[in-house]
Amino acid sequence: MAEVAHAEVGHGDAHDDHHEQSFWSKYVFSTDHKIIGFQYMFTGMAMALIGGYFAYVFRMQLAFPGNSIPFWGTLSPAAYNSLVTNHGTIMIFWVAMPVLIAAMGNFLIPLMIGCDDMVFPRVNRLSYQIFLLSAIVLIISFFVPGGGFGGAWTAYPPLSAKAEYNSTPFGAPLWLIAVTLEIVAFLLGGINFITTTMNARAKGMKMYDIPMIVWMIVIASILFMCSVGPLIAGAVMLLFDQTLGTAFFDAAAGGDPVLWQHLFWFFGHPEVYVVLLPAFGIVGEITCTFARKKLFSYKLILYSTIGLGILSFFVWAHHQFISGVDPRATYLFTTTTLLISIPVAIIMFAYIATLYGGSIRFTTAMLFGLAFTGEFLLGGVTGIWLGSSGVDIYLHDTYFVLAHFHYTFVPIAIIATFAAVYYWFPKMFGRKMNETLGKFHFWGTIIPFNGIFIPLFILGAGGQHRRIYNYQHFPDLAGADMQDMRVFATISLIVMLAFQLVFIANFIISLKKGEKAGKNPWKANTLEWITESPPPHGNFGETMPTVYRGPYEYSVEGREQDYWPQNEKPESEPS
Amino acid sequence: MAHQIIATSRSRTGIPTGRLAVWWVIGSEILIFGGLIASYLLNRFNHGPSWSIEAANTNTFIGACNTFWLLTSSLFVVYAHAASERRDAAKTRMWIWLTIMLGGFFMGFKAYEYTTEIHHGFTLFTSNFWSFYYTATGLHGFHVLCGMVIMAIIAEGDIKKGQNWHRVENIGLYWHFVDIVWIFLFPLMYIAK
Amino acid sequence: MAGHNHPSYLKIYITLVILFIVSVAGPEVAPAFGVFAKPIVLLTAFGIAIWKAYLVCAYFMHLKFEKIYAPYILLACFSLLFVFFFGTATDAMFANGHNWVKPVSEEAAVEEAKARSYVLHGSHDDHGEDQHDDSDGADHDDDHDSGDKEH
Repeated sequence: MAEVAHAEVGHGDAHDDHHEQSFWSKYVFSTDHKIIGFQYMFTGMAMALIGGYFAYVFRMQLAFPGNSIPFWGTLSPAAYNSLVTNHGTIMIFWVAMPVLIAAMGNFLIPLMIGCDDMVFPRVNRLSYQIFLLSAIVLIISFFVPGGGFGGAWTAYPPLSAKAEYNSTPFGAPLWLIAVTLEIVAFLLGGINFITTTMNARAKGMKMYDIPMIVWMIVIASILFMCSVGPLIAGAVMLLFDQTLGTAFFDAAAGGDPVLWQHLFWFFGHPEVYVVLLPAFGIVGEITCTFARKKLFSYKLILYSTIGLGILSFFVWAHHQFISGVDPRATYLFTTTTLLISIPVAIIMFAYIATLYGGSIRFTTAMLFGLAFTGEFLLGGVTGIWLGSSGVDIYLHDTYFVLAHFHYTFVPIAIIATFAAVYYWFPKMFGRKMNETLGKFHFWGTIIPFNGIFIPLFILGAGGQHRRIYNYQHFPDLAGADMQDMRVFATISLIVMLAFQLVFIANFIISLKKGEKAGKNPWKANTLEWITESPPPHGNFGETMPTVYRGPYEYSVEGREQDYWPQNEKPESEPS
Repeated sequence: MAHQIIATSRSRTGIPTGRLAVWWVIGSEILIFGGLIASYLLNRFNHGPSWSIEAANTNTFIGACNTFWLLTSSLFVVYAHAASERRDAAKTRMWIWLTIMLGGFFMGFKAYEYTTEIHHGFTLFTSNFWSFYYTATGLHGFHVLCGMVIMAIIAEGDIKKGQNWHRVENIGLYWHFVDIVWIFLFPLMYIAK
Repeated sequence: MAGHNHPSYLKIYITLVILFIVSVAGPEVAPAFGVFAKPIVLLTAFGIAIWKAYLVCAYFMHLKFEKIYAPYILLACFSLLFVFFFGTATDAMFANGHNWVKPVSEEAAVEEAKARSYVLHGSHDDHGEDQHDDSDGADHDDDHDSGDKEH
């Protein structure tokens, strides 16, 4: 391959044209992977505010049904449905995906594998622009006649297929178009991540020298790419059902409504792992750095992740145990669902084993990382009950399911994201975040988080159904003890949301006045820490780094320092 | 871009970056078309008797002609690739434009076919078979159209100026994939009756 | 991909065209084979489709000479389709339960399809006059007025 052979120092001319760029070309239409990462991150955080606000409104309705809600007014049943649906959609597609995969992947992959940008910078920019368009379409859908789509984020037909059922003739198609655009954006981004990591690694970086988070983001991108195809086909079919009047999913005209559930969950279950894996990667990096220890069994974690990815394609029907799937097939899907807990458990135990005997530093990032491990464990363990087809008949569609997946998604999308922001903030903006405020924020997030969802576990086991506007209409669920738990959960939510103001304040103050971080504030090994903070355009200056060892060589015996950057030349080699 | 990105020129796998990305794009396209075809098959097995009567109304002759156009265009696009490896701009452009012409034949026959079918009363809403028929062939036709536009851009924008020769191979791979989708759609929609 | 000895593109193309002709001819000659008609049509239709797809992949797309990653990527994606198909089939193919009545019976669907069929009625223009020249139950047409859909 002739084009590979040329020397990689032809970067000098890049620095000649450091002319002043306008705001627009520098921050809005930039093709620099770091800027695109920030764009994804800030868009995701803005959407998180909207999603959090929605959660506040409908939790207030459940705690104090019928009362006027501060900052909203009286909530109608249709608006309640719309809020619940869009809370789910926003938090998964417009918060977890962009922040965990797109922002972290864009910012970290080129830095960590030692190259100057993504392999297709303009495709990368296009990916963000489509993503932004999808967010705008979604926000527009709240304001069209009939309101935003209210058929749950899973959009099961016939409720989602016909305007006469969901009474959102414009909201439903707009919602579907927004989701499809978002998927297209992440297909473009994901292919970029995969090709970058496959082809553009630094000299000397072999397969097992790639940092775990890069592996995890790439595997997540592959999972996303492989699972989303049938959903795109299904989305086209559902859109035709909604707008043109075909009958793909209409049983009355010979269609098959359960087919949509299959198309959706064939994507939907791998999607869980798509957002989980980057979170695992973030926590892995943080655990190693702050335990000053080598990652326990790098290869085992890697192979478990790949096995997890493959298995995730065989479990989707556990969402449909009571939708009419053949009972014999539920054996198969129960078995695979229980099997998939093994690779997840291996990864969790490997992280715990990494902590063993390390000299742990409880920075805010580490606290969030440890909290992820603990809280996600709770979410995973409750999933085992739901994966058993017999138990699921009782628990299906109750708040137990809701509490279960919030115990997985909140650690993934909120806790791991905060861990990542506290950890990489110095690299992103050149200054450290305030640790005191950070710890204040940490406890203010974790304690109310458990306060929200532990009552919901109990309510769900007590038979409280999901997606109900007002439980006072159900004599079995209207008791004062159950209502007290709802109020407690709502108050916890408000406390948790209020503590996010601390984070925002910390973010803004640190951006301006934080302690200067220097190149490597945490004394970590991976390649992003060898360059300036924030990294210049082109990332590594004149010469690209060469890699000599794996990313987790901490506390190696016989060395003065307890870390050993990947690019440092071994002494045996002449310089 | 102020300068050439180093990342784009690296190739740890030995596959040039552009081609590697095209393989991944084709992989994801397999799943998009495959999801649709799998849904079609599941319905077809469930509604065997009525769907085979519906399928008898598709025009095998036009379907066969369209298969022939696409097969031939696949040959032409390979010739375009071979010419591009010799850096023969005139030949490359000629083969690309011949491919586009055959794509145009395909779209023309398709348009005639749709017209006659709608004229006979078979629209997107007639029954689920026809919904699948129009969705699958329509999605495929959209891909053909996109391929034709991109090929025209490559022929006039790149090859004429003698740059980005690798794009001929990449669009060729995509075009072959579109051909393969039709190879499967043809028996599914036109032959199995 | 210079330097590889792949067979001439024209040869592959001629093979493809011959296969294509066989696949089109399959349903025409198959009825002569009596009970084997259906397997023969399936074989000429789908067996040959797979063969053709292989030829295009291997030689036109150069997958035979490509680094091993590329065929693995495509095969992985392709095999996932089977996962999806067979997983979904456990539900979609076993829809006949004790308490389950199909909203649209297959018989009714067959009748409707026959009523609107263009092939069974010759050409569109003389629809309504020559319904009875085809033996396949075209006489049921009277029960199902398809005229409203066609006119």
